[in-house]
Formats: sequence, C-alpha cells, structure tokens
Amino acid sequence: MQGYIYPNEFELHWGLLVVLYPYLTGLVAGAFILASLERVFNVKEVQPTYRLALLTALAFLIVAPLPLLAHLGHPERSYEIFMTPNSQSAMAMFGFVYAWYLAVVLLLEIWFDYRREIVLWAQSSDGWKRWMYYILTLGSTDLSEKALKFDDSVGRWITIIGIPSAFLLHGYVGFIFGSVKANPWWSSVLMPVVFLFSAIVSGIALVLVLYVVTTMFRWRKVDMKCLDKLAQFLFYALVVDFSLEALDFIHRLYESEESIEILRQLIESRLFISLIVLQVVMGSVIPLVALALVSPGLRKGGILRTPPELRQLIYIVAAVLIQIGIFSIRWNVVIGGQLFSKSLRGLTVYKVELLGIEGLVMTIGLLLLPFVILWVLVKVLPPWTDMDAQSAEPQPTSQGRAHESYQ
Amino acid sequence: MTAETPDGGVDRRGFLKDLLGACGAAAPVLWFGAVSVPELAAQDGSEPYDPTEHLYGMGIDVAKCIGCARCVVACKTENDVPEEEHFFNTWIERYVIREDGEVEVDSPNGGIDGFRPIRDDGEIRRTFFVPKLCNHCEAAPCVQVCPVGATFTTPDGVVLVDEEYCIGCRYCIQACPYGARYMHPEKHVAGKCTFCYHRLVEGKVPACVEVCPTQARIFGEVEKRATPLARFMRFNDVQVLKAHLNTRPKVYYANLDGEVR
Repeated sequence: MQGYIYPNEFELHWGLLVVLYPYLTGLVAGAFILASLERVFNVKEVQPTYRLALLTALAFLIVAPLPLLAHLGHPERSYEIFMTPNSQSAMAMFGFVYAWYLAVVLLLEIWFDYRREIVLWAQSSDGWKRWMYYILTLGSTDLSEKALKFDDSVGRWITIIGIPSAFLLHGYVGFIFGSVKANPWWSSVLMPVVFLFSAIVSGIALVLVLYVVTTMFRWRKVDMKCLDKLAQFLFYALVVDFSLEALDFIHRLYESEESIEILRQLIESRLFISLIVLQVVMGSVIPLVALALVSPGLRKGGILRTPPELRQLIYIVAAVLIQIGIFSIRWNVVIGGQLFSKSLRGLTVYKVELLGIEGLVMTIGLLLLPFVILWVLVKVLPPWTDMDAQSAEPQPTSQGRAHESYQ
Repeated sequence: MTAETPDGGVDRRGFLKDLLGACGAAAPVLWFGAVSVPELAAQDGSEPYDPTEHLYGMGIDVAKCIGCARCVVACKTENDVPEEEHFFNTWIERYVIREDGEVEVDSPNGGIDGFRPIRDDGEIRRTFFVPKLCNHCEAAPCVQVCPVGATFTTPDGVVLVDEEYCIGCRYCIQACPYGARYMHPEKHVAGKCTFCYHRLVEGKVPACVEVCPTQARIFGEVEKRATPLARFMRFNDVQVLKAHLNTRPKVYYANLDGEVR
C-alpha cells in the first residue's frame, strides 16, 4: 500500500476469476467472428477452421459464466438476475445476452450446420452412438435436397445475426467496465470497442493454434493457404486493436484529467510488467512485427519469404504471445482498475492466492476446462474437413456439405 | 463556540433549557444531556411511519469535526458493522496540507485508533478532519448498477441493501465513487451506511449524529424549511463530494476544502 486509500478499499473486490470472464467471452466472440468470415464473407481459405471455430466458441461459452458464478457472494441467488433483472443495470443484461448467444446463435448454428452429418452418423453407427446421434437430430432426419438447402440458408442467416450478437456479447462486457464513471481507469467510451477488437484478435489466435495442433496430432498436413489467411486476418485485427489501445492511451495523456497522476504511478509501479512488458511489447509489438514480415498481410507471400515450416512456427509463437498479451489486457483492466484508490491518492496491492475459490489453481482449472469440453465436442461432432475413409471417426459420405464447398 | 454559529440556534436554546432545568447537577451530565437531544419530527408511535412524507439528508460542518471518531464507534456498535479494520459505514479522514501544497491523508482504523501526531509541525498550511459516509445519492450509481435491484432508494431518500436478495456480485462497490461500500465478511452481501434507518422510523437521528460531541453532523429533512438541516444549508455555503460525477449526494459539507475527494 502506498499513499491513502479509503478504508473500505483495502479488499480488492474483483480478482482473478473476473479477469478470466472477459478473457473467455472474448475468445468466444473472436472464434465466432472468425467462423463468420467463411460463412458470410466467403473467405474460402479459412474453411478448414470453420467448424473448429464454432465448437471452440461453444466450449468456451459453456465455461464463461462459471468464474462469475464462483465469485458471487451468494451463487445460489444468481437466478435472480433472470427473474428480477434491474433494467437500469448493465450487468442485469448478462443472463439475456448469454442465453441469446448460447441458444439462438451458437447451438442453432452448429445444429443446422451439422444436421446432415448427424443424420448420416445416426444411420451408420450402432449401439449408444446411434441413439446419441438420433437424439441430436431432434427428430429431423429429412435429407432431401430441399431440406439441406434450408439448413444452409438458415445457417447463413444465423451467422448474419450472430455477428452483431458476438459484438454484443463482448462489447457488452466492455460496457460493464467502461460505464463505471467512478473509476477513471475503466470509464471510457472506447472500452467496448477495445474489448471487441481484442476479442477478435484472441479468437483468431486461439483457433490458429488449435488448428495447427489438432492437425498435427491427427498426422495430417496443415493447409498453409488457410494458415496464411488466418495470420493475415490476425495481423489486421491486431493493427486495429493496437491502434485503439494507443488512441485510448494518448487521449488520456492529452486530456490529463484529475486522475492522470495516480494512473501514471499505477502504470509505472504496479502494471509495468503486465502492461508495458506483457501487453504492449510481447503481446502486441513483437507479434505485429513478426506478422507484418512473414504473413501475407502487407505483401502477398510476405515481406520476408519464408519456408512454410518456419512461417508456421512464427505464426504459432506470435499467436501464443498474443494470447499472453490479451490475458494481460484483461488483467490490466480488471485488476489495474482496482489497484488505485478512488480518492486518487494511493495505490494498493493484489496478491493472487494459490488455492481457494478465487485462487490460481481454480483459474488454471477453469482455463483448461474449455479444452476438455472442446475435446468431447470434437469427438461427438468431428469438425475436420480432411477426413478420409480410413478415419476412425464416424464418417459422413463424401458428398457432405463441408466437402462440397472446399472444392 | 455554539454562540458564533447561526445554525446552532435551536440546540443552543435546548442547551440553555437543559442548563436551567438541571441547575446544580454535575457538569458532565449536563453536557451529555445537551448532545443527546436531537430528535426527528415527532414519531409518537400512534401513526405508522410514512416514508413518502420525508426526504432525509445529512449536513457535515468540517470546521466542527475534532476527529474523535465517536461517530465511527457508535456506528459500528449500532449497526453490527464488522469490528475489524477495513469495514466502515462511516470513517474520519485527517488532511494535512503542507506549505508546499503537498497533501497527506490518513484514517487509521477509520479514526477509531486516534491520529498520530503530525510530523514536523512547522510547515503546515492547514489541517482538518472530514467525516465520510455513504452520500445517499439521488442518482446513486450503486442503485443503477445492481443487477437484481437488491440495492434501492427508499421513498425517504435512503439508499439501502436488501441482504436477503443481494447476490454478492460487488458491482455496486465498484460503482460507488466514494468507497462507501464493502463486502460483509460473514453475510457475503454488500454493506453500507443506512442512515440508521431502523432509528429514523422511530423518530431518532442516526447514531453518529447523536453521539457527535461538537454537532459537526446535522441530520434532517432536506426539503422542509424549519429543520436543523434546512437551517444548516441556509446559513452555510455547502458542497457535495465529487460533484462532477453528477451523483447528486444528500450529504452536504460546510467548510469543505478543495483537496477533499
């Protein structure tokens, strides 16, 4: 502690779990927006990641509310947020935004996209798997051309609705922080926009890593065209994200409001590692330079010509650095905003617990859980576009929608 | 001291009345008799309390506060505020402003433990105590952000928390610009000043107001004319904390220094 803080400010109220929440929803929104690139904007190169991105979004969305729930003083009363929401409260919308996104956007889109395969899998498997897939068809087993066309068109429309919904899901999280006028570190109209673009960055980076890792583990060849396209979009999103962050920073500095002195102290002492080193240098500048040089973002084939293996490695390293950077952004917003007193006269400290409900172990567990869920989802609904007849997975016939559209 | 301040009129009269009535009694008894007098408009118990008839606020005369923190102790006792440090419905800050403009603020255990002697007395420009508490804002950010409506404003203008309803998300604590809220360590719900609502409905003033030995705290109706608070606001230049945030507090400060945040 340094300087003066209000006596009630001694306890830091939103800890590691609340850092996790915007990080997870960001990945959801980002992964979905990546998926929409193929579906709505016809970026055919990223097709191999389309279903993987959708399943990733679903896996992370299932986990996203858990840290919030664990952090509530009375989790058993959380349903009140649905029953008697306060219409004035930004947070009260959480339940509805979440339910809308989960039920209307993600589940529906995945179902319509997979329905044909689910029916085929139900027909070709036996035992409990057969039953499972039959249940997943929800009784809709019509595979006529008309029905499939309907699936495709509905899926497309859901994606179109899904894009603003993804913006809403994460922009809204930014609004929860950005609308707190009591806190000069949070209170910014740019907050939802910054959240949104950092979400897109984190989502693309995550799917990129997942795509490469899953492809390697299945002993397949990584589609470099797809990877280059992902890296290209990652680069663009990162440029926008970094510019917005810089704009926010310069704007604060130029306005130099009452809070500027304490925020300067905050950055120089408490947030130096997480903001300057992790977020800006490692999470933004290094990946920006790397992607600018080797990805096709600025020049077709990259400014530096690189062999695919090296380029793939650079992409992976950049994507991992970006993940660290985005997590740092969430940390710097959530924790950083509570490290200084609202009296603007002092700084406090945050010590991460190891155990306990808001501790490090719990956080790591909640970070790994989406990957476990994703693993299950991938087993049930294989998203691969390069499956062959020898595959052990349930196999749709070769005329599947997915297959058709890559040719 | 009371003779010079116009706002103390009624209480001075009360004081003199006490003085005459208790002629011959010991001085300490008189003194306590005088400070325990303040009462709200008569609540004789014959009619149920009607919150729509009232709008409450508090006046604080910074010049009168001596930093004794009796209010803080009284509040903790009256309202079952956790005994430990870092949980306060009200607390006292001491400001020391040096000749070079440097400002030092402290509030050791909310003021309960007393304040350490100021170091290097020579270079002080001014120093004073500021009692702080929930401002019971008319446009309360805590009420606005509460996702389930567990924090609400009563018709008589008091911001309260429904302990049976609060989910413990702490958004209200984040939204309060004044640091007036805390998480109750046992109840796991937001805790804050209630203006001693249980006392208001009985026609009593809040505990902090009752025990203040210098009457630095004035409690009463904001809108009615013939009340101690109305008089306080008429005869003093009053300010509110962080007015630029437009929360419209109902705790009004007289003789407030610009350094107080």
